[in-house]
Amino acid sequence: MARVVVDVMLKPEILDPQGKAVAQALPRLGFDGISGVRQGKRFELDVEGDVTEERLAQIRSAAETLLSNPVIEDFTVHVEEPGGGAHR
Amino acid sequence: MKVGVVSFPGSLDDGDAARAVRLAGAEAVRLWHGDDALRDVDAVVLPGGFSYGDYLRCGAIARFAPVMAPLVDAARGGLPVLGICNGFQVLCESHLLPGALIRNDHRKFNCVDQELEVANAATVWTSGYSAGQRVVVPLKNGEGGYVADDATLDRLEAEGRVVVRYVGDNPNGSYRSIAGITNERGNVVGLMPHPEHAVEELTGPSTDGLTFFTSVLSAAVSA
Repeated sequence: MARVVVDVMLKPEILDPQGKAVAQALPRLGFDGISGVRQGKRFELDVEGDVTEERLAQIRSAAETLLSNPVIEDFTVHVEEPGGGAHR
Repeated sequence: MKVGVVSFPGSLDDGDAARAVRLAGAEAVRLWHGDDALRDVDAVVLPGGFSYGDYLRCGAIARFAPVMAPLVDAARGGLPVLGICNGFQVLCESHLLPGALIRNDHRKFNCVDQELEVANAATVWTSGYSAGQRVVVPLKNGEGGYVADDATLDRLEAEGRVVVRYVGDNPNGSYRSIAGITNERGNVVGLMPHPEHAVEELTGPSTDGLTFFTSVLSAAVSA
């Protein structure tokens, strides 16, 4: 079974209060040198059969319709290979 | 006049919204998220709460509930629709209203009696107010920060589509202190504060919120 991953991130111009909270907590715990954190979402979709171009187009449409809100978020789609490698 | 109040799994304020409708003098019709028709209502309120546990994004799953299909069509056709808090989030997710609601900039849940200025008293839900009138209604949410790109914000302001603004300190980081907006036609209004909690002296900080519900009544009578 193939796996397709959809990563969703807030657009750069949208404030990310959660990421900011994490960024503020890191130095308190001694993790220095991190100047910013943005928090996103990762969706792992298990796909039946082969990952065809048609299937990818369908997943992109799902990402645009439900998994992300295009008003405030961007997304990327990639296929995860069973061996751990990934290609776009 | 019949005003529908939709209940999603996780809606909290559907009871109060129905009560506000009745106090205003209309008949409240409870609509279920699984309904595929609107039961001949003359207006609809999408209430506050945490539909589907706020999973994915606030309002993102409710937006695809069966009842939303006829509702979105009817709203585009001019049916008065009021979205309060989670209902506002559902309206934005449905693209009936522009922009989106994100987590409060201070990251804390807010629960305050909030002063608002009515910026647009021409919508079907605010016609009973006068422009510039100040009202106090409860505001209670964790994800009430209204955001949109600058072009959208400019257009909303130029077209007078900001319906209510926060007065004083911005309670949640909403861009340009926007508390509520309307669509081009003025029949769909969404706001984060809760007018349905300010309809009786016994329980509310004021009765200022009742005017939202009486406004839609007089709009229907004069139509």
